[in-house]
Amino acid sequence: MHEEIVKEMLPYFCEHYGNPSSIHKIGRVAHNAIHNARKKIASLINAEPEEILLTSGGTESNNAALYGIAYSKKGNHIITSSIEHEAILEPCKQLEKEGFKITYLSVDNQGLVNPDDVKKNISYDTCLVSIMFANNEVGTIQPIEKISKICRQKQVAFHSDAVQAIGKTLIDVKKLNTDLLSISGHKIYGPKGIGALFIRQGVKIAPLFYGGSHEKKRRPGTENVAGAVGLAQALEIASQRMEQDHKKLSELADYFIDKVDSAITDVAFNGSREKRIPQTVNLSFIGIEGESILLSLDLEGIACSSGSACTSGSTEPSHVMTAMGKPKIEAQGAIRFSLGRSTTLEQLDYVVEKLIPIIERLRSLSPVYEKG
Amino acid sequence: MNAKQKVLVAMSGGVDSSVAALLLKEQGYDVIGAHMKLWDYVDVGADIYKDGRCCTIDSITDCRIVCDSIDAPFYVLNMSKEFKATVIDDFVSEYHKGRTPNPCVRCNSDVKWNEFLHKAEKLGCDYIATGHYAIIEQSSSGRWHIRKGIDDTRDQSYVLWGVTQQALSKTLMPLGNLLKSEVREIAHKHKLRTADKPESREICFVADNNYRRFLRDWEEKHGSESVPGQIVHENGEVMGEHNGIAHFTVGQRKGLGITHPTPLYVQRVEVDTHRVIVGDNDSL
Repeated sequence: MHEEIVKEMLPYFCEHYGNPSSIHKIGRVAHNAIHNARKKIASLINAEPEEILLTSGGTESNNAALYGIAYSKKGNHIITSSIEHEAILEPCKQLEKEGFKITYLSVDNQGLVNPDDVKKNISYDTCLVSIMFANNEVGTIQPIEKISKICRQKQVAFHSDAVQAIGKTLIDVKKLNTDLLSISGHKIYGPKGIGALFIRQGVKIAPLFYGGSHEKKRRPGTENVAGAVGLAQALEIASQRMEQDHKKLSELADYFIDKVDSAITDVAFNGSREKRIPQTVNLSFIGIEGESILLSLDLEGIACSSGSACTSGSTEPSHVMTAMGKPKIEAQGAIRFSLGRSTTLEQLDYVVEKLIPIIERLRSLSPVYEKG
Repeated sequence: MNAKQKVLVAMSGGVDSSVAALLLKEQGYDVIGAHMKLWDYVDVGADIYKDGRCCTIDSITDCRIVCDSIDAPFYVLNMSKEFKATVIDDFVSEYHKGRTPNPCVRCNSDVKWNEFLHKAEKLGCDYIATGHYAIIEQSSSGRWHIRKGIDDTRDQSYVLWGVTQQALSKTLMPLGNLLKSEVREIAHKHKLRTADKPESREICFVADNNYRRFLRDWEEKHGSESVPGQIVHENGEVMGEHNGIAHFTVGQRKGLGITHPTPLYVQRVEVDTHRVIVGDNDSL
C-alpha cells in the first residue's frame, strides 16, 4: 500500500473512532469521512455520491450485483463471459442451481468478447449482462461501451467487474452507460477488504444480507471508515497518475516483452497487444508447466503468478487460457508478470537474467518439449 | 557464488519431517520445505474437522510455521493427480481382485521417489530428504543400501524397498541415527510447533481407517467395479448375497449380512466366481 494512503487512514482507527451512524460529535466526524470518501470515489468515475455503495471488496460487489438483480424478479436469464473472475462465475453457478439460466459467452484468442454475441443472446427473459472490464490474467480490455449500448437499447441491466481496470484506465460511468460497476482497493495500492459497487440511480437491487439500515438498507453493517478513506485516496492518486503511469508501464512492458522474446525461444504472448492494461504481461513458456517456473522464480526473489491468486495450486490450465483456445502445451506454461509503479528497468533485466537458466533447465527435464 | 547444496524436504506437518528440515539447515544445506498435496477430502471422505493428518489445512499450516522458524521457503506441491493414478486407483482395484493392497509401498516408489524427485530436479535441487527412520549408505561396491534406523521401535526401512538406486543416491535421511525420543527433544529445544504432535498411522488417505467406507464413497463418485455375487458356506450352502468381494477381508466376522446361530468368518474370496466363502474357522 502507498504510505500516503496509510497516513490518511490512521486517524480513523484511534483518534476518530466514531461510528458514522451515531448522533454524537464523534460519530459525526466519522460520518463526514465516509461522506467525503463517497464523494471522492463518485467524482473519479463521474458518478453521483448516492450511487456509490461501500462493500468489503470486489467479491462482495460482484455478488451484490448478480444476486441483487437476479432476485429482483426481472428475468431468469443472465449473460456473462467465460473469462470472468471466480467472484462472478461462482455466483452464476449457484444461481444455475436455483433455476436461473446463464449464458457464458466465448472469447476470441485474444480474450475479447464480441458485442454481437451479446446482442444475439439477449432474450425477453434476460435481466442482466455482466462482462468484466479488463481481465485479471491477461489484461485484455473489453469493448464495454459497445456492449453497454446494446444493453441500454434492449433495456437489460449492464454490470461490469472493474476490479482490475479501475485506476488503470479511464472509467466514466455516464459515458459508458453502465448500470453497475464493481471496484476494489487492493489492486490500486489501497487497502484490502474494502470495495464499492456503483449502482446507477433508478436501478434497484435486492440486498445480499439484512440488518441495520446503512447504505439505504442496501448493505447493512457498520462502515469500514478507515477502509473507505483509504479506497478514496487510492483512487484519487491513481487517477492523478493515470496518464504518466500508463505511459511508463507501457514502455516497461514493451521492453520486457521484447527482451524475453530475444533471449528465450518458444514464448507466446497471451492477450491483446493493443487493447490491454499495460502492466499485466502474460507469457507462455511452451512445453513446461507454470508451477515449477513460479517456484524457481520465487527462489530467486521474483514473485509472479499463473492463473489468478485464487486458483494457484491447481495444475490444470486456467479457465481463461482454455476459453481463449490456448493448446495445453501453451496454457500450462503461462505466467503473469504484473508490473507496477516501483518496477525499474534493472528489475526487469534481473528477471530475464534469472529466467534464462530456469527455462533451459525445465525444458531439458520436460518430456513434452522439443526444440524448434 | 552459492556453493550450498539445495535439498527439497518432504514435510508432512509432523515432528519427524520438521526436525529433518531443521537438522539439514543446521548442517549447512539450502533447505526448501515442501508439502505434497496428495488428495482432497472431497474425494476421500471422512470428517475434515476430526482428522488432523497430512494434506489438511492444519498440517500445511504447521509446515509453514516450522519453515518460517528455520527461515526456509515453503511450497505446497499439488500431486493429487499422480497420487490418484498410481496409489488410490491401484488400492481400489486390488480389493476388487480379492487382494489386500499396500498403498504405502506404492506411494513411496511411484509418488515420493519418482514424482517428488522430479519436482526437486525442476527446482534445481541436489537432493530430496524425508523424516524416515532409516539410514541410506553406499557400500564399497558403489551400491546404495537402506539400513534400519537405530530406533528399533520406529524402523521404516521396510516400506522403502521399492526405491531405485538412482533415487537413493539423491536422498538424505537425517533421522536414521536418532531415537524418536531424541527427535522430540530436538524439536522441544528449538521450540518447534510440532514437537508434541501425535503420530499418524495407517493409510493416510483413509482418515477414519474404515477402508470399506472409503471404497463405498469412492465408488459412488468414480463408478464401481463391484460385481455382486453369492456368500456361500464351505459346506456348499448358499447363505446370502453381497455387492462386491472388495468389501470383504479374510477373517472378517461383522458386516456379512447373514443371520446364523453361530459366528461365521470369511475364509476366502473367489475372484473368478465372485463368491465370498464363509465358515466357522476363526483362526485365520
